[in-house]
Amino acid sequence: MGDETLHSTTMKPAAAATKEATPRRGLRLVAIMALGLALTACAKDNQPQLDPNAGTNAGLAAGQGGRGGPVTPGSERDFIVNVGDRVHFLVDQWSLTPQAQETLRKQAAWLNRYPSVTVRIEGHADERGTREYNLALSARRAQAVKRFLVSQGVAANRISTIAYGKERPIALCDAERCWSQNRRAVTVITGGARS
Amino acid sequence: MPTDDRQQPGELEVNRFDHCNRRQLLGASLLLAGGLLLPAAPLRAQLEVQISRGRVQPMPVAVPDLAGGNADEQQLGRAVADIIRANLTRSGLFRIIDPAAYIEKDVAFDRPPNFGSWRVIKAQALIAGRVSVRADGRVAAAFRLWDVFAQRQILGLQFITSRNEWRRLGHKVSDAVYKAITGDEGYFDTRIVFIDESGPKKQRVKRLAIMDQDGANLRHLTDGRSLVLTPRFSPAAQRITYLSYATGVPRIYILDLATGQRQMLGEFPNMSFAPRFSPDGGRLIFSLLEGGATNLFVMDLASRQITRLTQLDAISTAPSFSPDGQHIVFESDREGTQQLYVMPASGGPARRISYGRGRYSTPVWSPRGDAIAFTRMRKGRFAIGVMRPDGSGERILTEGYHNEGPTWAPNGRVLMFFRTQRGPNGGPRLYTVDFTGYNEQRVPTPNFASDPAWSPLLK
Repeated sequence: MGDETLHSTTMKPAAAATKEATPRRGLRLVAIMALGLALTACAKDNQPQLDPNAGTNAGLAAGQGGRGGPVTPGSERDFIVNVGDRVHFLVDQWSLTPQAQETLRKQAAWLNRYPSVTVRIEGHADERGTREYNLALSARRAQAVKRFLVSQGVAANRISTIAYGKERPIALCDAERCWSQNRRAVTVITGGARS
Repeated sequence: MPTDDRQQPGELEVNRFDHCNRRQLLGASLLLAGGLLLPAAPLRAQLEVQISRGRVQPMPVAVPDLAGGNADEQQLGRAVADIIRANLTRSGLFRIIDPAAYIEKDVAFDRPPNFGSWRVIKAQALIAGRVSVRADGRVAAAFRLWDVFAQRQILGLQFITSRNEWRRLGHKVSDAVYKAITGDEGYFDTRIVFIDESGPKKQRVKRLAIMDQDGANLRHLTDGRSLVLTPRFSPAAQRITYLSYATGVPRIYILDLATGQRQMLGEFPNMSFAPRFSPDGGRLIFSLLEGGATNLFVMDLASRQITRLTQLDAISTAPSFSPDGQHIVFESDREGTQQLYVMPASGGPARRISYGRGRYSTPVWSPRGDAIAFTRMRKGRFAIGVMRPDGSGERILTEGYHNEGPTWAPNGRVLMFFRTQRGPNGGPRLYTVDFTGYNEQRVPTPNFASDPAWSPLLK
């Protein structure tokens, strides 16, 4: 064919200026439509779908406390049913609410009564944030719980922490009543509890 | 973990073709004459799409099936043409004229086409080529890009690659055509690494996955036993970095796609996360949890030396390098809520650049250097936007219930992000949008997909 020699192009690059696009007129209309969708979506989805089995303290959360007879003092179920294994947070906050502090005081008292128990604090965020920031935020929540428990006399080396960000939701509706369930720190017993 | 991780495409050979005959001279003189008659027009190719001006009128292009000498080659030629047609269409800059309308049915590769028959159907450009299976089993696609109205060849190239990577022929042709007509590098011979999400929302299985930019050739890189998040491509090589919970402590891993080798960045006792490569791939910037604070560090990957960049009792995360490697942009809540900051990559004072209403997150510096993409949260709505590196010129590309995590195509002209639908069964999907905010397109994935990261152009 004889056409394998170098081809030279005379093209110049198109202008590379980064000119601003004009704002999109459709935005307002889109926003209104999206709101309409949101309302219908919520109407179909009234019940927070709480799943006490999700991830942590499997099968032993408060809702199922009555199952299977008496609760053994010092057991995992004792901790969950009679103390409460989780605290919740306000939007984008890691400070402990008075209610959270009350729960954590009870957790600390219980942990001080059963000193062989070790725990992991699992920090979580709701889904209304970005992934990496939510990891950091949920880490901060877990750390706030750990600090409080330590301040109440629980040895720091009994407590580990892990951050799950928005990756482990337990309530699934797209509304604050679910997001508020997901903004949580759960104290999970990792060892030393009675069976 | 699967061991067969080698995902490195093979070498691809390129040949250039000369203009194929005397018409070249004719075309050149016509172009010159046009320039003389219309002195305002610069002497440059007439086929040109300006992609910096928002909505464009797509250029009508004819892409007949690539010819072949036998049934196998013809089938391959049709499939390669399908890829070219799909790529150019999805770019939003081209409109493929329906092949049923083509008058000249068999465009010979080594002769100019019958320009008149393409003018009649209003094609401004014609891509004509042929596919051949070579004696060594490799496949070749040769093509010429014709300016129908100027009656001249703009480009003539041949690409050769292994049979199992035949789709790349279509991507390479698309990239060459895109560059010839827009002046910008293409982005079609690229891949996306992302998180494949399957299963119900409460028990999502997340797997690291890689696919071609058009969704083809999807492969999983982890098996789903461990939570994995936020993969990022090296801008310089076929390497990715990502976050994995495999050891129980969330840690950063680097996966070399050529060798399949995985390494942990370091056994930090606390969570290390939000990794991103430097432009040359030699450094990794990331966040490290310290007590309740999250600070930024950079590691030189050759020496393993770690340098601290921030030291505040605040969250500083989602760092991204400028393309010259001199600066970083990141988000921090140091002033109360998430905002974007720029600082020297070696440390130093950070300057806030986001001043609009709302929280700003996930900043990513454009490979062109002229813009930073971000996620903005305002009044319960999540938007993807861009601003200049000094914070001026903020522009929202898309806004809705939940859009997050932009990544740039290597040419800095297209962004990909994920959008999550409402509902207990809702989940994230991948989308692309042009830098201009136009031409939003869904990227096909079999399952839910999040955290996309665009590769550099394959070699």
